[in-house]
Amino acid sequence: MSGISRRKMMAAGAAAVAGAGGLAVAARLAKRYGLVPPDDGGIFGPGETMTYAVQRILTMHGPVRQFPRSMISKEPFANETPALGKAFQQMEAGGFKDWRLTVNGMVARPTAFSLADLKSLPVQSQITEVACEEGWSYIAEWIGTPLYEVLKATGASPKVRYIVYFSIQHWMWESIDMGDALHPQTLLTWGMNDGDLPVGFGGPLRLRVPRQLGYKSVKFLTAITAVDSLKHVRDGRGSVDPSGGYSWYAGI
Amino acid sequence: MPATTAARDTKTPRHAAIVRVTHWITVVAFFALLISGGGIVISHPRFYLGEVGNVNTKPLFTLPIPASRDTVPTGYHFVMPDDNGWGRYLHFEAAWVLVLTGLVYGIWSLWTRHFWRNLIPERGDRGWRAYSREIAKYLHRAPSQVGDARSYNVLQRTAYLVVIFVLFPLVIWTGLAMSPSFTSVFPMSVVLLGGRQTARTLHFFVSWALVLFLVVHVTMVALAGFWSRVRAMITGRNATDAGAHAEEDA
Repeated sequence: MSGISRRKMMAAGAAAVAGAGGLAVAARLAKRYGLVPPDDGGIFGPGETMTYAVQRILTMHGPVRQFPRSMISKEPFANETPALGKAFQQMEAGGFKDWRLTVNGMVARPTAFSLADLKSLPVQSQITEVACEEGWSYIAEWIGTPLYEVLKATGASPKVRYIVYFSIQHWMWESIDMGDALHPQTLLTWGMNDGDLPVGFGGPLRLRVPRQLGYKSVKFLTAITAVDSLKHVRDGRGSVDPSGGYSWYAGI
Repeated sequence: MPATTAARDTKTPRHAAIVRVTHWITVVAFFALLISGGGIVISHPRFYLGEVGNVNTKPLFTLPIPASRDTVPTGYHFVMPDDNGWGRYLHFEAAWVLVLTGLVYGIWSLWTRHFWRNLIPERGDRGWRAYSREIAKYLHRAPSQVGDARSYNVLQRTAYLVVIFVLFPLVIWTGLAMSPSFTSVFPMSVVLLGGRQTARTLHFFVSWALVLFLVVHVTMVALAGFWSRVRAMITGRNATDAGAHAEEDA
């Protein structure tokens, strides 16, 4: 073996060791700073972790684009509304007066909010785009109560790291990290385009998470739980998505 | 060719180790992106211009294929298998492999002046005359000359530079312009393109441009002698280095 190739081999070896060490340190730092998504296992885990970690470092505070009123979609598109059951129909007949959003977990004052209760908190409206993972999108005005107002009102602990949320459809559940939960545009939405939020678009209550794709914006919202870890919530993978083959983080 | 140059040439690999390794990793990542991208597209095979687009708005064009979701009117009474879930996982993982590999290649190429030495057209070749000369050679199927297997001609150099500095950056940019989180911090990334749906449509076309390059590239490799060129990209050695001058002509 010539001197040059031996030197090259040693350099390559040193680079490999440095690379492996660097990866180990990066993995440890990512874990410490909450940059590892709950679906980090399996063959797609490394890519998912890279995407989530890098996006979080880059995008902690970015507000999504808002659009002029003239750009509101005339005919917004919604997927077909599923059969929501008798309890839902009864509440719908009663104008959703009996609809409740229960907030529990690591909060000082667990509360069940009616829609009127939510409307008595500070209210916000935004003209933003919904983008579906399929590729289509539309713009609407969304009116609601920022999620952080509800977390403030219920006295969420500073130790909370994820907000888990549930639909009246029992299989449907999701979670977001505090970067999105405390984001000023993450909205408990009860109004759309100057009217009540239609059932077809998730009414009477939908959590709009505008920095992620549409499937994180759960319709028919009934419950919120503040947790410091997702390990013990249902299957531990943070949402219904990974079991259906979808990634938990949908910011891309 | 002076003897000394020839002797040195056979010792220096045709393609540096970094070029070979990053080339084949890129091949794998590109096919993963292509397949998963196709899987994602069929869930909504309609394309639009501007910011928004959905089945209630007029498309720029529609692919004449069935969709993998029954919410899209395609005219077919058939819904294709839905591969969006793992397709998206694979797409973004492969995108990371491609981007990181590209970074290694790019930094190495700047460091070693690979772009200047091997890819930027040589001084005498920077003009339309050089291009027309090379095009004429291809059209006449002119036999290749000694040295053709050791260096790129001006058309090859241009094609590779376009792929490296135009198409790959564009496909990454148009992809990121569809990320609601990325565009919340870098809104110009989508505004400059003319909106989210325009970005998606451009992403689709740039992908096809890359596929077109792939087809031409593989065709040219096949015409030049498939196994000898592939071997050079795997082992770094030309068949001619071992003295098999017969293959030089291929």
